[in-house]
Amino acid sequence: MAVVSRSWPALLVCLLLAPAHADWSGDVGVELRGFWQSPVDPRQHNLGASVYLAPEYYSDWDEGDQRLVFAPFARLDQHDSERSHFDLREFYWRKSYAGAELAVGLRKVFWGVTESRHLVDIINQTDFVENLDTEDKLGQPMVSLRLIRDWGNLEFFVLPYFRERTFAGVEGRPRVLLPVDTDNPVYESGAEEQHVDWAVRWSHFIGDFDVGLAHFSGTARDPRLLPRFSPSAPLSLVPHYDQLEQTSLDLQATKGDWLWKLELATGERLRDRFTAAVAGFERTLYGVFESPADLGLIVEYQFDDRAATFTPFQNDVALGGRLAFNDTQSSELLLVSGIDLDNQGRFTSIEGSRRIGQNYKASIELRIFSSIPAGDPFAELRNDDYLELVFARFF
Amino acid sequence: MKRYSLTRNALIALLAVAAAGTVTGQTAEEKGLEIAKEVEARDQGFGDTSSVLTMILRNRHGQEVTRQMKSRALEVPDDGDKSMIIFEDPADVKGTALLTFSHKVDDDDQWLYLPALKRVKRISSSNKSGPFMGSEFAYEDLSSQEIEKYTYRFVRDENIDGEDYFLIERFPVDKKSGYTRQLVWIDQAEYRVRKIDFYDRKESHLKTLVLDNYRLYLDQFWRPLRMEMVNHQTGKSTELIWSEYTFRNGFEDSDFNRNALQKAR
Repeated sequence: MAVVSRSWPALLVCLLLAPAHADWSGDVGVELRGFWQSPVDPRQHNLGASVYLAPEYYSDWDEGDQRLVFAPFARLDQHDSERSHFDLREFYWRKSYAGAELAVGLRKVFWGVTESRHLVDIINQTDFVENLDTEDKLGQPMVSLRLIRDWGNLEFFVLPYFRERTFAGVEGRPRVLLPVDTDNPVYESGAEEQHVDWAVRWSHFIGDFDVGLAHFSGTARDPRLLPRFSPSAPLSLVPHYDQLEQTSLDLQATKGDWLWKLELATGERLRDRFTAAVAGFERTLYGVFESPADLGLIVEYQFDDRAATFTPFQNDVALGGRLAFNDTQSSELLLVSGIDLDNQGRFTSIEGSRRIGQNYKASIELRIFSSIPAGDPFAELRNDDYLELVFARFF
Repeated sequence: MKRYSLTRNALIALLAVAAAGTVTGQTAEEKGLEIAKEVEARDQGFGDTSSVLTMILRNRHGQEVTRQMKSRALEVPDDGDKSMIIFEDPADVKGTALLTFSHKVDDDDQWLYLPALKRVKRISSSNKSGPFMGSEFAYEDLSSQEIEKYTYRFVRDENIDGEDYFLIERFPVDKKSGYTRQLVWIDQAEYRVRKIDFYDRKESHLKTLVLDNYRLYLDQFWRPLRMEMVNHQTGKSTELIWSEYTFRNGFEDSDFNRNALQKAR
């Protein structure tokens, strides 16, 4: 025992003074969001500012076989108390062995190949107050073991604690008509957020094909939002987190300028079997408009046999174009339009970014909800078209 | 004495005949290929390399921006090399990494790691002529220079500033190449590529690449520590400077896969 307790300070000194490689990096930025339609709720605002800080530290030792990663995130929002939040995106230790990797802590893990919907990406909870695109994630507590073999990677996850989805607060925009009461979630499992989830995934590449096969068992990341009628509290939506069994496949074939993509998920939730898919392609045209720019054309079809309380993507198509200018400022423009084939509701998104000087970056984002009929999950967002400007410094 | 002199003359005559034989018995295409093969042969067996690459991009007004990346390569017998490029600067692309399995004839296999999303993305490698990182270097200029990627033709010997060069012409096999042909100057002393003129699809002189500051590693492998590409049509140029070059680091296949890509720093 004495040896152990004496070696701890020594280990700490080693970590702090003589790591083989260690580095701080990250970004800090200012964001402005403007909404030009009147808010549905008079407590909401048409213009809002916020600032964020996202540093990242890593330290390697043991000849690079061990690594500590620490990546906190904080945002301060002018109006929305829910959007002002702090999270540990990553805070984990990882050890590499011959043919294996063990990681313990809060991590982010991405699965999938498609662009318009991340159907099979299920390990992390979405930090929904950050962006509607579901690409911002909360750090997920886990123990994971990856086996690296000739026949691919096999990775096991034990997820001992559930993170609730974040939602815009009373003054926040964009948000659905009623505020979401994140303080009183309803769980199907009696263990609530302590339910231990698990997942396993095999991934490999064979020639032009990249393939992933996975199973997840545990608390669904995407809650159903159901109204709660209570005499003592104002009307609000309550997130219901069901138990979910989901098996998924993601597949990409890279054939010259064409990327063919498929994500497929099937499983059981509330004793109902469901099937969902995203399938499509991205084709890149090089050197368009007599310039060095590349234009990627994206077409993806989305299918889901679940009801609208689960997902808005029952029968939708997403069309997009990604323009990479290939200039020294790495200028990019991405336009995606999602069309609901059942009710012709449309969601359009434009994202652009450009580096300024060596360490700054300006981004613009435009989201437009148009001709969305009542009853569609997006209908309550129809007054929440917005333009967002972000100016960030990277270090 | 006389006998010696005869032998000497005979030897000279024999050498002259042999030399004439090489010229007449070998086509310009064969000689061009032979030189290219010798360039490649002299680089066989390097094992692996690690280096730091600084890229300086200049516009026609002389304004500069710099990029920095780490580069690792693993020699693969009978196929193209495996390589990994880890971007360090500018800061917004820090941690982004590119893994390439190059092939002699087929398109390379490429994966890009996007650290913000923790996403490994298989990308199309068929963009040969596009600019790398907004520079004057196209992807095909920086990819593994395999013999099979071109056909060759010997043009002539040249003597520039007292040094002897082979001038060969090479023609990209890939239809997606941005070039019709390249003129390549190779020094006869060490078979090092010293200069390349690039001709675009319209047959006009597009770019010139100069490779210098050659340094010898492990007593066998020459590496240019500086390359400068000048685009004659835009007036822009890109300078590449290598440092911290190390050979035989003991890299293995497992240092060049999708797992290594996600961990690369």
